[in-house]
Amino acid sequence: MTDDNIKQAIIGIIADIAPDEDTSNIDPAVRLRDQMDLDSMDFLDIVMELRKRYGVHVPDTDYQHLATLDSCVEYLRDKMAGKQLVS
Amino acid sequence: MADYDAIIIGAGMSGLAAGIRLAMFDKRVVVLERHYVWGGLNSFYRFKGHQFDVGLHAMTNYAPRGAKGLPLSRLLKQLRIRHDELDLYEQGFSAVSFPGVKLRFSNDFELLRGEVARAFPRQVDGFDALSREVREFNELDLDAPQQDARPVVRRHITDPVLEDMIFCPLMYYGSAREHDMDWDQFVVMFKSIFFEGFSRPQQGVRHILKLLIDRYRKAGGELRLKTGVSRILTDGNRATGVELDNGETLTAETVLSSAGLMETGKLCGSAGLRPAIAGDLGSPAVVDKMSTTSAGGTPALPGKLSFTETISVLDRPAKNLGIEETIIFFSNTERFQYAQPADDVDTSSGVICMPGNFKLPAEPNDHLVRITNIANYDRWAALGNAGFQPASGAGLRPAPQALDETSAANAGGTPALPYYTAKQHWYERSCADVLGHIADFRPHVTLVDMFTPRTIRHYTGHEGGAVYGSPQKLRTGKTDVEGLYIIGTDQGFLGIIGAALSGISMANRWVLQKAPEPAA
Ligand SMILES: Cc1cc2nc3c(=O)[nH]c(=O)nc-3n(C[C@H](O)[C@H](O)[C@H](O)COP(=O)(O)OP(=O)(O)OC[C@H]3O[C@@H](n4cnc5c(N)ncnc54)[C@H](O)[C@@H]3O)c2cc1C
Repeated sequence: MTDDNIKQAIIGIIADIAPDEDTSNIDPAVRLRDQMDLDSMDFLDIVMELRKRYGVHVPDTDYQHLATLDSCVEYLRDKMAGKQLVS
Repeated sequence: MADYDAIIIGAGMSGLAAGIRLAMFDKRVVVLERHYVWGGLNSFYRFKGHQFDVGLHAMTNYAPRGAKGLPLSRLLKQLRIRHDELDLYEQGFSAVSFPGVKLRFSNDFELLRGEVARAFPRQVDGFDALSREVREFNELDLDAPQQDARPVVRRHITDPVLEDMIFCPLMYYGSAREHDMDWDQFVVMFKSIFFEGFSRPQQGVRHILKLLIDRYRKAGGELRLKTGVSRILTDGNRATGVELDNGETLTAETVLSSAGLMETGKLCGSAGLRPAIAGDLGSPAVVDKMSTTSAGGTPALPGKLSFTETISVLDRPAKNLGIEETIIFFSNTERFQYAQPADDVDTSSGVICMPGNFKLPAEPNDHLVRITNIANYDRWAALGNAGFQPASGAGLRPAPQALDETSAANAGGTPALPYYTAKQHWYERSCADVLGHIADFRPHVTLVDMFTPRTIRHYTGHEGGAVYGSPQKLRTGKTDVEGLYIIGTDQGFLGIIGAALSGISMANRWVLQKAPEPAA
């Protein structure tokens, strides 16, 4: 999966979790929490969707790596290698 | 392997919301409901060709689309519902009406603040300080020490009438306790009613329930109606499943129960929760965190607060009679009493709801006035027992002032059962005792229904018809039986939004966040 695919994967998940949010203009360097109404319950959902859609397991202690789109890409690059984007 | 990852007892707001969360993440889940429709305390029914909601006056916790960090926004995201799907319309304005003084409020907090400044000029600084203290309190902190609300409120509000006027709506819409509230519950209710406010869907609660059921089914969840749970099965100290009214057994890793704390205890039989919950309430070892009440020691279970609700169908919109408010919380005495009455019903205070006075886009099907009063379950339960439904064709009559030819003809068939006689009597009292607050609508009533604490007990299984459940709440949801958790009213969050959030957070905490299996 390319870095761009990983971003799309995360954005796709956020769009499903928060259907009222505008996900078209997310700044990849800025904390997701600061751009959108996402709380810890929502991050739990992102993690669970990653598992459900991509079989990727994110332990509690690694939640911090999901803070921005850029950090998501860094953290997930190896874990998502070879996976197909699910829409 | 167990039949299910989770069994949920009850298809009310909490059970359905919990079910959606679990089904969404591919848990094998079944919701078991004894009644033949879903919705629990907030369901709907047909009566003489009219569609009535059981409970819904208003949805509290209004939040506009895009509002951040509010309970409604949290709920929508967790259930993946778009704001516009709820089809919510805000209230016009509501009021707290006491003898000689009236405070209007709306979804704009400034209205209430201005009204307090007008009616109680010397109290407004205190009111501001109270609002600040409420705003800053984190009601979701389950470890905050328990305290009573009145002493906190009295630090800021020194006029007892204003104090009671603030408590009146908060108690009516969410207190399982008499006389006082727990401070955290006071904060929850203050925010949900005064800061956030009221709205409702055009089609009432059935619209919300349909959304929930659709989500649940689409996510692959199973719902069984007319399926009562008669027993929770345990192995040692662990819940292993349930036995149904028909004798069938189902096994599960986890059981989430919205039947109520005491009711769930009873389902465990002598081996389980029962001695713990029904017998030894005070013991901290029993359940890991119960809210305790300091007023008068440990209150008796079940909850003592039940209600009657009268529904009057009018021949014209309430507005045409000069009734502008959406909801009025009233008291006919200067000091408001929130307690189980000695008589069948206490009509000296209550809630009057005009569902047609929400800012609805279309005329509602019926023009309604609904009145809620506090009632005494034991007295209603003791009334004549011959049949639950009146014989066909019979039923409540509009108050005498409203009798027209057709209803007079119907009235002849009313069976002289004590229960129905009592209903007729209290229906009339309930209408007569609101006339200090709204115009006399009685000549315009064409159809009447009324339910009593007995109705609530019958349809929802809550002991004592206690609408807000037990005064003891189990905030963590965790019982002393492993794998058995309390959701909904008795977990501590109530109302439509509260109960649904309760189901969501308990499903997250006790099922979804349980040590995840390693990735495949
Ligand atoms: C008259 C009235 C007016 C109200 N007005 C409003 C309002 O305007 N706004 C608002 O937000 N809230 C209102 N409420 C409150 C709101 O309806 C409740 O707080 C909320 O619905 C509680 O949901 P719950 O899931 O906790 O419990 P419940 O709705 O009680 O759900 C429990 C379910 O479990 C089922 N059950 C119980 N025992 C068993 C068993 N052994 N086996 C199988 N099933 C079982 C019951 O049949 C029930 O369906 C009102 C309630 C009433 C009664």
